[in-house]
Amino acid sequence: MAFFSINNIQVSGIAAAVPKNKVSNWDYDLLSDSEKKLLIKTTGVETKRIVNKGNTTSDLCYEAAEKIIKELAWKKEEIQVVIFLSQSRDYYLPATSIILQDRLGLSKSCMAFDIGLGCSGYVYGLSVISSIMSATGLSKGLLMVGDISSLTCSKEDKSTYPLFGDAGTATALEINAGTQMDFSLNSDGAGFETIIIPAGGVRNVVNEKSFEVKEVEKGIKRNALNLALNGLDVFSFSVKEVPKSIYAFYEKFEYSNIDFDYFLMHQANKLMNETIRKKIKFDEEKTPYSLKEYGNTSSASIPLTIVTQLQNQVKTKSLNLLMAGFGVGLSWGVSSLPLNKIICPDLIEV
Amino acid sequence: MNIEEFIKKLEIEFEDLEKGNLTAQTNFRDIDEWSSMHALIIIALMDVEYEVTVGGEDLSKMETVQDLFDFAQKNRQ
Repeated sequence: MAFFSINNIQVSGIAAAVPKNKVSNWDYDLLSDSEKKLLIKTTGVETKRIVNKGNTTSDLCYEAAEKIIKELAWKKEEIQVVIFLSQSRDYYLPATSIILQDRLGLSKSCMAFDIGLGCSGYVYGLSVISSIMSATGLSKGLLMVGDISSLTCSKEDKSTYPLFGDAGTATALEINAGTQMDFSLNSDGAGFETIIIPAGGVRNVVNEKSFEVKEVEKGIKRNALNLALNGLDVFSFSVKEVPKSIYAFYEKFEYSNIDFDYFLMHQANKLMNETIRKKIKFDEEKTPYSLKEYGNTSSASIPLTIVTQLQNQVKTKSLNLLMAGFGVGLSWGVSSLPLNKIICPDLIEV
Repeated sequence: MNIEEFIKKLEIEFEDLEKGNLTAQTNFRDIDEWSSMHALIIIALMDVEYEVTVGGEDLSKMETVQDLFDFAQKNRQ
């Protein structure tokens, strides 16, 4: 297992942006009333935000980044590392992070690249940016994380469409002696088809067939450019591997539940997350959720949960968070994140 | 653990189903309100209550409540 610690890098601020456009699962006509009730109870998702046509993940991340830079009163030329982590980039190429460097007015002597991960992304992204800063001494970095899943989910697919919401976030990091984040990162490519958009890459290049809508089962119609999700397999994977990884992480770094003020999980669905929480016996009151209002927001889910559920706490207290991201890949990671009275502006609605 | 307790637990989880109709021989997919959500509920129940991991493929091979119970008994840690 990939266990490691990164020293002397702190998170100084977290901002999140969501679209104004709110969609409720009570209005999802593909389901009967009893099905809607069961879906909302099981997944925990009542409403989510969806971007207007033409808006992208990077638009949301841009707003969050501008806000956090302003609130931290950072000089833009001081930012030397920019990472955009997403599965909904602006273009096939170039990397979206580079476009954001210019759009945000950051220095040209700035390292910028993209990472293509989803549900595990926040934990992974933090590990990458903090590793680079710690190893190089680059003093300020910006990690922009998020996804627009509403574009890739078929509206006629009850197994994906009601679950996902759109969000973009920005996390500001800087060098600070004495802080430590611990990580455990994992991958299992044998499960790559569990959550997949099969066409549109170079393995299955887009052609006429990519747009053919197929009825996979009742209530699930989609084409090869839509997200396909094997709910049962991802559920089994998550409730098996995530608690196991948390126990291994605890053993390696000599932690237990009492070392953490809150448990921030990727917001997958309520039943799955609660199963994981019960298995590791973490307090319910210390496990916040943003699922009900914002759905599964992919890699943005952990920072969005911090901004919407823990804003006051992270602004006024020193906290140690336990984080777990898990899903598409299959990829999963566990980490600790100490936060010392960070800047955390109100949720931005775009 | 016996099958009566197991059925009681299932009935609690499937709160939208009418109580007393579930038996060992019930084919769970034939239940009127059956949906993929119930499959997730079964996987969660098996995991939390019996520490048994049920994969999607495992579940697809099972039909009755008795099958679920037998799987839990066999794979219990």
